Formats: sequence, structure tokens, C-alpha cells
Amino acid sequence: MIVALLVILVTIGSVIFHMWSPWWWSEIASNWQGMDDTILLTFWITGAVFVAIGLFMAYCIWKYKYNKNNKADYEPENSKLEWALTILTTIGVIALLAPGLIVWNNFVTVPKGAYEIEVVGQQWYWMYRLPGKDGVLGTTDIKNINDDNPFGLNTDDPHSIDDVLIDADDLHLLKDQVVKLNLRALDVLHDFYVPQFRAKMDMVPGMITYYWFTPIKTGTFEILCAEYCGTGHYSMLGYVIVDEEEDYNEWLSEQMTFEEVLASNGKSDLIKLALNKKNDL
Amino acid sequence: MAADSYDDVAKNKDSIPELEVAPQDLYHAKSFWTKYIFCQDAKVIGIQYALTAAAIGMVGLVSSWLMRMQIAFPGVIPMDPAAYYQLVTMHGMIMVVYLLTALFLGGFGNYLIPLMVGARDMVFPYVNMISFWVFFLAVVILAASYFVPGGPTGAGWTLYPPQAITSGTPGGDGLGIVLMLVSLAVFVIGFTMGGLNYVITILQARTRGMTLMRLPLTVWGIFTATVLALFAFPALFVAGIMMTLDNMLGTSFFMPAIVEFGERLSYDGGSPILFQHLFWFFGHPEVYIVALPAFGIVSDLISVHARKNIFGYRMMVWAIVIIGALSFVVWAHHMYVAGMNPWFGFFFATTTLIIAIPTAIKVYNWVLTLWRGNIKLTIPMLFSIAFIITFVNGGLTGLFLGNVAVDVPLSDTYFVVAHFHMVMGIAPVLVILGSIYHWFPLITGRFLNEKLGRIHFWVTFIGSYSIYFPMHYLGFMGVTRRYFEVFEGDNFTYSITGINQFITVAALITGAAQFVFFYNIITSSKFGKKAGKNPWKACSLEWQTADVPPTHGNFGKELPVVYRWAYDYSVPGADQDYITQDTPPSDVANARAEQT
Repeated sequence: MIVALLVILVTIGSVIFHMWSPWWWSEIASNWQGMDDTILLTFWITGAVFVAIGLFMAYCIWKYKYNKNNKADYEPENSKLEWALTILTTIGVIALLAPGLIVWNNFVTVPKGAYEIEVVGQQWYWMYRLPGKDGVLGTTDIKNINDDNPFGLNTDDPHSIDDVLIDADDLHLLKDQVVKLNLRALDVLHDFYVPQFRAKMDMVPGMITYYWFTPIKTGTFEILCAEYCGTGHYSMLGYVIVDEEEDYNEWLSEQMTFEEVLASNGKSDLIKLALNKKNDL
Repeated sequence: MAADSYDDVAKNKDSIPELEVAPQDLYHAKSFWTKYIFCQDAKVIGIQYALTAAAIGMVGLVSSWLMRMQIAFPGVIPMDPAAYYQLVTMHGMIMVVYLLTALFLGGFGNYLIPLMVGARDMVFPYVNMISFWVFFLAVVILAASYFVPGGPTGAGWTLYPPQAITSGTPGGDGLGIVLMLVSLAVFVIGFTMGGLNYVITILQARTRGMTLMRLPLTVWGIFTATVLALFAFPALFVAGIMMTLDNMLGTSFFMPAIVEFGERLSYDGGSPILFQHLFWFFGHPEVYIVALPAFGIVSDLISVHARKNIFGYRMMVWAIVIIGALSFVVWAHHMYVAGMNPWFGFFFATTTLIIAIPTAIKVYNWVLTLWRGNIKLTIPMLFSIAFIITFVNGGLTGLFLGNVAVDVPLSDTYFVVAHFHMVMGIAPVLVILGSIYHWFPLITGRFLNEKLGRIHFWVTFIGSYSIYFPMHYLGFMGVTRRYFEVFEGDNFTYSITGINQFITVAALITGAAQFVFFYNIITSSKFGKKAGKNPWKACSLEWQTADVPPTHGNFGKELPVVYRWAYDYSVPGADQDYITQDTPPSDVANARAEQT
């Protein structure tokens, strides 16, 4: 009796905890509503299975408690029942998988014309790069990295010179602008994760990974590094600030381009080289 | 397979095959050293494995206590981030590899396989003995890493490069990571010797009449898990060797050109994702290496204590085999957001969710075994019931993480921590605990203390559920895992301090209950109630030995002959509610058993 009650208590208690839990996701601030919806759908289906199995088991424990005058049923197999359960489970799995794959298909298909931004992770801070006036991010090489060129931009790439470099933990985005984040790590794995945007992807040294989203709300959102990256992992934080156009432009005008960074470091010879290339284009 | 009736078997004497090889005498140890230390008896080796695994497991348990203290009550036990990450790493690696794998396969496998299949010992007793001592060496190497400068590695149990071998990670530029990799390689060597033994013993040394479809599900679970391990561990082995070369000789298997703290390292051209593929090609089957023996054992516990045959035995066997096969094509579901080609997501999400089907069948059949049973609420049964709840919970949250689009927000949060602890931490541990209460009377001839056992059960089950169930909700909120300071993030809908303190207190209590259990084992092995022969009235062969506890050679002069499956409980017409596997049909003439 007590054991049957325990099973009921754990089953129902889990459901009650779920309904009353104050720990829940914060309001979504991107276009990935589909992820939330799939989670909720999964909750309904798996929750029903959990409750059904828990309560049925409690019933069995209560109803078929040992009695030396009773004898258990002898039924090694019941293929009808076994097949029925198998088919029912398969239907449940399809109901979960299909919407999940549709959302994933959206996630991996970057819309044309998405604004490309580079996010760079290193132990234990973030840097960002915007494509500048020409709308194209210049190419990079890890061999170019030095104090004057923290992003490792190729100075002979004509697209490099107008790139906007943000050597700080905070990034501003324009509300309702589709962005594709090109993710790069200089040392070890990192992961650029803003809980309200739902999306995340590891950043892997030696390659460029990406994901896209559209910020749909203005506000300040915390960035967390979501892939373990050494002793400072827990302190690798920052902010994404989603602005309306006016605020965004004001922020943008305060940032330095690669050209300005080089000039301020007295490396104008490099600028000349790059500008020549640009004129050749 | 046709389900012959016993009448047919009785009529047809040829159905019990002749002896294929003449009985061979075993090597009989004479001295203390060969009897208890370098012992060739699989039962002793099993206990040696179990004790070693439990000893290092205790380090893993205490590590988790210290971690939880730092998360909920920072400063009470002073530690720096490096120490915290070392605790996280060693806790994970010890629990998964050195405790669970070694205990299920080395411990239960060695003790139970020969007894359950009706063999006198493993087929290669000498190799079996070496296997244990190589495992012991692996544990010693692992333990040694605590004493080298810089301490053990703090790379996380997944040991992802580049950070595992760079200076930003504890032990990354010292001996910590080297000793970890060497210890794993030694573990794999030791396991391979033992694993070949288990597989060949099950395939070649079954007694007469013990067909594969008469094996207890415990043996099926351990068998399939061992086959998985023999295929999966080589991937870990080569990954470990390659990373050691990257670390010691400067090769670049996993290391691209990187700049660490402003300094350009000499590596170039390697792929960190290659390591992740190799690691998870091992790591996912590893989940089932731990889960399948638990599935098998719990099936037997439920059947014995519900006095009812396991429901759908053949489906259960096939489910184990299919899960084992599928477990090799789902590995990249650990890597949905690792930066691999995103199109892989479609394939691995599909295979991962397909694996839910045979797994669900197993759950249904456990519950349907209870249905219309005659359930004795013994301690092993209590742990089995707790296992089902925990496993269903952890299995269902796998449907969140396996479904690639849902994994994106949840990956690397506490939801993942909660999920895998439920499904491959707590669930298998509940089976281990239940099965120790079940087989202790066989191993020592005495019962464990009932009162202490019930306290142990209630605290362990309710405690562990209280630890991990709320943790899922922290994951939804976006609390990332592996944070030295769990801070109150701007986006959190509610403070996490209180719930973290609750979880830590639950973890401390649940952990402490295990020491009650150890106390029970120590005292009961001396002073416990005498059990006698076959106290649970079980059908399988391990309870039918001439002596209890079974001596070297397991059975008496003659090996048993098997006439039926291991689940003839409550057969209509039989006098008792069980018919042991070695009972000839002529002894139970009135019984109307269906399955052979």
C-alpha cells in the first residue's frame, strides 16, 4: 500500500512540480518559437506516457500484492498486445520527430540576405566583427594574429579594411534584422549562447561554424559560454543589446573600422597595401 | 523458434544434447596468494572487481559532494575554479568507466555468467585473473594523478581537445591529462581480456540444454553489453593514443593552429571534431554498456519477486540486441551543436528516436510482468520499481534531447545533467543496489539486514529523485553546466540559490545513505540472518549449486542439465510456484508450461 502510494506520489508530484515550477524559460526574444512549441508538444506526449506508466504500475503493486493463496498469471507472451504497444509507440515517436525535423530544417537553412556578423571566442572573452560598408566580412588567418590585428584579418583582402572591429564583450543588434553569426574560436571550444534567443552552436578553432536568428525584442540579454573552455569558463559572459534603428546607428558610429584601428596603432603602411587592393577591385 | 510443449521434450530424449567435450579439471589453487589475490575463480575475480570499483567509486561520490557544496554553499569548503573542474572531471570519469562499467561487466559478469550458464568457470581463467590486475593497475594510475604536480586533469570527462591539453585547463600542461589517457588505455586492455572471456564463455561453455533462448536476461544484457564494449572501446583507445601523441610529441591529430593567451602554438591542421566523433563512437555505446546489464538484471529481479514469468521474453531479447545494434549509429546526437555538418542532425535525430521504440517495449514488458503477478515487496523489488520510474523519467527526457531542434536550447544546460544522471546514473545504480540485496545471500550465505535495507532504499530513491527532477527546470531556464559559480543570471525567472541548496542537501543525505549500506554489507556478511539454499525460490541456475555460497567449480560432481527457460514461475498445475531450470519434465508431470 505504502509503495503504491509512493509511486502515485512521485508521478503526480512530478506533474504538480511541473505546473507550479517558478523555474521556467524566460520569454523568447528571437524567431525560434518553433523550438519552444516542440518542447511543449514533447512535454504533453512524454508527460502522458509518464503518468500512464506510473499510475498503471501503482495499480499493479496495489492490486497484485503477494498473497500465498494467490498464483500469478502464466502468460509468457501476448503478441497482439506487444504489437499494439509497439505501433502506438512508433506513432508517438513520429509525432515528436516530424515537427522537430521541420524546425531543424529552418534552423540550418540561412535566409538569403542575412546580415553576417563574426563572433570570436577566446579564453575568456568575446570579440565581434561587422562587415562594414561593403557588406562583406574580410577573410582571416590565425597566423596574422598579433596585438595590432587581434582578429587575424588578411590585410591583402580588400574586404578587410572597412570591417568594424569590436574588441569588447558586448554586441549590439538591430531589432528584426535577420543575422547570421559566423562563429570562430582562437584557442579552444566555446559556445555563444543567449538563453532568450534559444539558439546555440559551438565555436571550433580551425573552422567557422554558424547559426542564424532574428531578434524580435529590444532589450539587454546575457551571453553565456555554453561549452567548457577551461578554468575561466564560468566567467566568459557578455551582453547582446537589441536596439531600434536610431540607437543602433549611434552605437555603430562609435565603433572603429580595421582601417582606423591600424591608423591608431601607426600601421599606415598596411592600410596603403589594403587600400590599393581595394582600388584594384 | 517453435514453442514446444514439455510433453514433446519429454518424449524426445535427443533434445538434451550429449556432452561435446569431456569435463576438464580446473586449476586448484593451494596457497593464500593464488586463492585470494591472483585468483582464477571467476567468482572471486568478480568480487575483486566490485570492491575495487566501489573503492574508487567512493572517491567519485565524495567528489560530487564537494562539487555540490561549491555550487550551493560557496566558500564553506574553500576551492578555486581549477579544483572544482578537477572534481567535476574525476567524478564523471570514475562513475562512468571505473565504477559502472567495471562493476556491471567485471563484477556481475564474472560472478554470474558461469553460474547462470551452468559452467564451472570462465573459459580462460588465467586471462581473467590478469584482466582484473590490469584493471587494478588502471585504477592505481588514475589515483596517482591526484598526486602529481598540477593535480588530475580538469578537462571534463569528455576530455575535449584542444582544452584538454592546453594550459587554460587544470592538468592540461602537466601530467594530469597524460595519466588519465594512459589509465584509460590500460583499462581498455584489461577490459578486452575480460570481455573476450565473457563472450566466449556465454557462446561456448553453456551447459547441456541451455540454449541461447533459455538464458536469463541478465546474461543477455551482460553479453550484448560486452560485445558493444569490445567494438566501442577501441575508438576510445585510439583517441587516447592520438591525444597522447598530440600532447607529448606535438603531432596535430586533434589540434588546429591556435593562439592561446597571445601565443601561437606549434600545432596546425588537426580537427577537434574528429576527437568528438571518436569519443562518442565509444561514448554512446558506453551508455548502453551500462544500461543493458541493468535492463537484463532488473528483468530477472522483477520476475523472481513478482513470482511471474518475464512478459514477452523473446521480444525482450530482441529489444536488447536491437538497442545494442542501434547504439552504434546514434553517437552524433551528442554533437548536434558541436559544429559538425548540420545535415547530420536529420539522420542522427531519426536513429535516436527510433531507439526509443525497443526501449519503450522493455518498459512495457517490465510493467506487464507486474500485472497479474503475485508481487513480493522485497528490497530487490522495491529497487526495481524505483528503477522503472527513474528510467522512464530519464528515458522520456531523452526524447527532448534526441530531437535535434529541441536539443539546441537545452544542450549544455542542467537539463542534460539531469537527464543523463537519471537514465545512466541513478537508474543503473538502483539496479546494482537491488541486485546486491538479491544476490548477497548467494555470495555470503546471509541476508542483508532488512531494516537498514529499507531505510537505505527510501532515502536513496526519494533523495536521488529530489536531486535530479528539479534540475531539469534549471536547464529550461538556461542555467549552463560546468559553471564554477552558479550565478543568478539576468534571464532567470526565479532565484536558483534556494533550489541549489535543496539539491545539495538531498545529495549529501543520499550519499550518506550509501555509507549505511556499506555498514550493512560489512556487518551482515558476518552476522546476517542465514539464508540457506535458494531463499528467493528462483528458477535460474546460480541458485541451484551444491554448496551455498558456491565453491570453486560452482556445481557439484555433475554439471546441471537444463530443461526449460529461467522463468517458469506460477506454472499452472505445478505444486510450487516455481520450477527450476534443471528440473526434468518428468518431475513436474502435471505442470502445463508453454515455453521452452
